[in-house]
Amino acid sequence: MITYVVKYYDKLLGALGEHLVLVGLTLVFSLILAAALTVLCVYVKRVEAALVGVCSMIYSIPSIALFAMLIPLSGLGKTTAVIVLTLYNQYLLLRNFLTGLHEVDRGITEAAAGMGMTTGQTLLRVQLPLAREAILSGIRLAAVSTVGIATIAASINAGGLGSILFDGLRTMNMNKILWGSILSAGLALLLDRALIAAGRRASR
Amino acid sequence: MHAIEFCDVSKKFHGSAQNAVDHVSFAAEEGEFITILGSSGCGKTTLLKLVNRLYEPDAGSILLFGEDIADADVTNLRRRIGYVIQQIGLFPHMTVAANIAVVPELLHWEKERISARTDELLTLVGLPPEEYRSRYPGQLSGGQQQRIGLARALAADPKLMLLDEPFGAVDPITRAKLQEELLQIHGGLGKTFLFVTHDIEEAFRLGNRVIIMNAGKILQFDTPEQIIKHPADEFVVSMMRSVQEKERFWRELL
Repeated sequence: MITYVVKYYDKLLGALGEHLVLVGLTLVFSLILAAALTVLCVYVKRVEAALVGVCSMIYSIPSIALFAMLIPLSGLGKTTAVIVLTLYNQYLLLRNFLTGLHEVDRGITEAAAGMGMTTGQTLLRVQLPLAREAILSGIRLAAVSTVGIATIAASINAGGLGSILFDGLRTMNMNKILWGSILSAGLALLLDRALIAAGRRASR
Repeated sequence: MHAIEFCDVSKKFHGSAQNAVDHVSFAAEEGEFITILGSSGCGKTTLLKLVNRLYEPDAGSILLFGEDIADADVTNLRRRIGYVIQQIGLFPHMTVAANIAVVPELLHWEKERISARTDELLTLVGLPPEEYRSRYPGQLSGGQQQRIGLARALAADPKLMLLDEPFGAVDPITRAKLQEELLQIHGGLGKTFLFVTHDIEEAFRLGNRVIIMNAGKILQFDTPEQIIKHPADEFVVSMMRSVQEKERFWRELL
């Protein structure tokens, strides 16, 4: 196992790098989209149930199927992978964001409105800071799940740690299977820890 | 000109057969302390929320110093009205000073003016500024929190204060003290207070005039003395009787 790393470390590092880029891009786009959808829900309350419903439907599609469905639209490769992963995250993010906002005590939001805060001011100054925990846990969930599902993106030529895993499976190479698993699991754990630490720092 | 005037105001909620507020008309003068008394579900909180437009009436109009509030910009209107609620609604992530500063900041006051005003209000509600300014609501007792709620509502010097059962959740001893202090604060400021309560003693103790509500209607609107001498109908009489019974209970116990 160790000799494998010594021999192929550049290949492993390359796959890890690709994976990180995939996850990083996905998280950036996911957060932008989820934030926009959340704000939409806050201003137009009627769309909330429908939007969460659609996101949960997408989330329930097996990832391989969703990758395959998008190939005619955006082809093989990273673009399709990032689109699919971003769509998947919407359910995790939106649901956590909205739950966090709704859990802010009604007395507090009503006091904010009654004092003359606009909807936007209430959201920014009162609801968001108080929903921080739920928002952060949504981001962590999305990050960890993206690391996992991104391995499957190798099946549509998006590269990353998944390509090592799939190679290993095809050739029954235990070294590749193990290192692919260890690196993706390690990445997920590390990302989770890093987000927790970042959250703590921000709350100080 | 009246400080506040309701002209045949009605409000009905979706899915409800009756009006929550049913053809209500009354007027209060500047500097009055009006208490609105009724049991839960009688429409008293709805009536209050119509004033700062958390609810919009289905019919009728409400005038604030002669101006129809329906024509006012809703956020501006709310910033001109102090609002205190039972759940207090202090923002737990902000210090006491930041809580009090909310409306002045929305109105873009200068920093020095806000800080001076904050200290002035903390002193007014009996909490020494240097000790309480930078505390968080979670570090305060219920009574202290409600004092901050009151200070926050008074921050931008509104002419009208709406108080929705502000002392409903504090213990009886603190409550009596807060009532006493509220009366003093009201006396010194010349503001108009609309104070909702279901506690008949609180209503009669605080209000220079009392509105008695039931099923969305005003049954009687008069001074405490007049209500006691000339109760308008059976409902008011039964309310008085309940107080007398309570009194008898205590007399027998002592």
